[in-house]
Amino acid sequence: MSKAIVVTSGKGGVGKTTTTANLGTALALMDKKVCLIDTDIGLRNLDVVMGLENRIIYDLVDVIEGRCRLNQALIRDKRFEFLSLLPAAQTSDKSAVTGEGMIEIINELKEDYDYIVIDCPAGIEQGFQSAVAGADAAIVVTTPEQSSVRDADRIIGLLENEAIERPQLVVNRIRSHMMDSGDMLDIDDIIQILSIDLLGIVVDDDEVIKASNRGTPVVLEPSKKSSIAYRNIARRILGESVPLQSLEQEKGILSKVKNFFRMN
Amino acid sequence: MPETNQLIALKGTKEGLTLFINEKCSLEDAYVELEQKLIEDKPKGNDPIVPVIVQFGHRYVDEGEKHLIKNMIEKHNRFSVESFESRVVLKEEALRWKEESETTIVHRVIRSGQVLDVEGDVLLIGDVNPGGKIAATGNIYIMGKLHGVAHSGTNGDEDSFIAASYMEPSQLRIAHYISRAPDYETEGVYMECGVIDKEQDKIVIDHLNVLANKNRRIGTFERRMNHE
Repeated sequence: MSKAIVVTSGKGGVGKTTTTANLGTALALMDKKVCLIDTDIGLRNLDVVMGLENRIIYDLVDVIEGRCRLNQALIRDKRFEFLSLLPAAQTSDKSAVTGEGMIEIINELKEDYDYIVIDCPAGIEQGFQSAVAGADAAIVVTTPEQSSVRDADRIIGLLENEAIERPQLVVNRIRSHMMDSGDMLDIDDIIQILSIDLLGIVVDDDEVIKASNRGTPVVLEPSKKSSIAYRNIARRILGESVPLQSLEQEKGILSKVKNFFRMN
Repeated sequence: MPETNQLIALKGTKEGLTLFINEKCSLEDAYVELEQKLIEDKPKGNDPIVPVIVQFGHRYVDEGEKHLIKNMIEKHNRFSVESFESRVVLKEEALRWKEESETTIVHRVIRSGQVLDVEGDVLLIGDVNPGGKIAATGNIYIMGKLHGVAHSGTNGDEDSFIAASYMEPSQLRIAHYISRAPDYETEGVYMECGVIDKEQDKIVIDHLNVLANKNRRIGTFERRMNHE
């Protein structure tokens, strides 16, 4: 059974596109057939993060308006055979993308792919509505900030009215030193307010930005902390039970020695 | 005429002077006798005007008829109608009362942007998140955390209150009173309630005990019955 998952947040800039790219790539790493859809018409950038911008010929609006077949618009990833991207249009009118159009495309994609990951635009208007229309499940991305949590709460409320699985939460851009000092909402606070299940946590990592700029999702660099976080999220989606990553800073050899003595 | 056949009777009761109108006869007959009684009882000189309670017994009298009776009684400058009493209410009115006095139980989280608006009392099992709003014509009971806005007594009931397991509201509103959270950061409080303090003329947050101490009529139904 294939599954369509929408990645949404309400607020802009919290990491929907990065999460979509990394989650999709992580699932592809685990030998799943994955298709990514960018529904942020006019502000597409999933193709940039995936490093596939120069391959775009047709886009989502072209498919919906019948200017090309779905297969013509799909871009195959340069690293994985079974990872594809359906890019958003950069110029066309956004009202072209409707819920019905999305449902039709997703149903067609489900024949060939195990997972369809939909990158949702920011906001709660039509773009959000149509992105959610064809989804079976939702991932809500938030950062540990009041404004972002507030918008996530709003989005969860809207998702509850849709006929989809209970949304799951990804807390992105965690800065553990700020959480420890109480300057940032901690994860328990966020979960208490949003009262949904936690799917994963991702630390704030410069590598994510570097990787995005290179067009290679960070998840392809297995040693990075954020990479492991995204892989864990993918594993949880596949049904594995994976413990949450520890947020503690890597300790130097000196503090390890200190700890050793304190233990005795 | 024997006493039992009287359609109109004026008696002193513990509530005050009460005018009983026979509940079985036709209203026309009652009007005739009432007119007669009032003429017989015409004020001599400058007697003070006496307030009376008009008791209809098991008779339903609509507003038009009440108006007529009131004019009839008051035109002789002898009595003034203090209130109308009746032992019956219309079914629709009773149903409305019931609806307004019922407690609606809701199990969910009121999230940012969501509004829960209820007739009567509401018992919410779940939180009101920041940006969410809960409103009721009666009381609000929250088994959870109140972070958003709560408005009790939306139809103007100043005796209504808001109780929550954990209170850290951004605003509390009771009837037309509004209070908001201070601008500095505060800790919330557990098991407290918001009520209107009549002396201070504002909403205060106090321990749940005040509800019992003030001997408030907690049930909306009782409260309404007394208002009628």
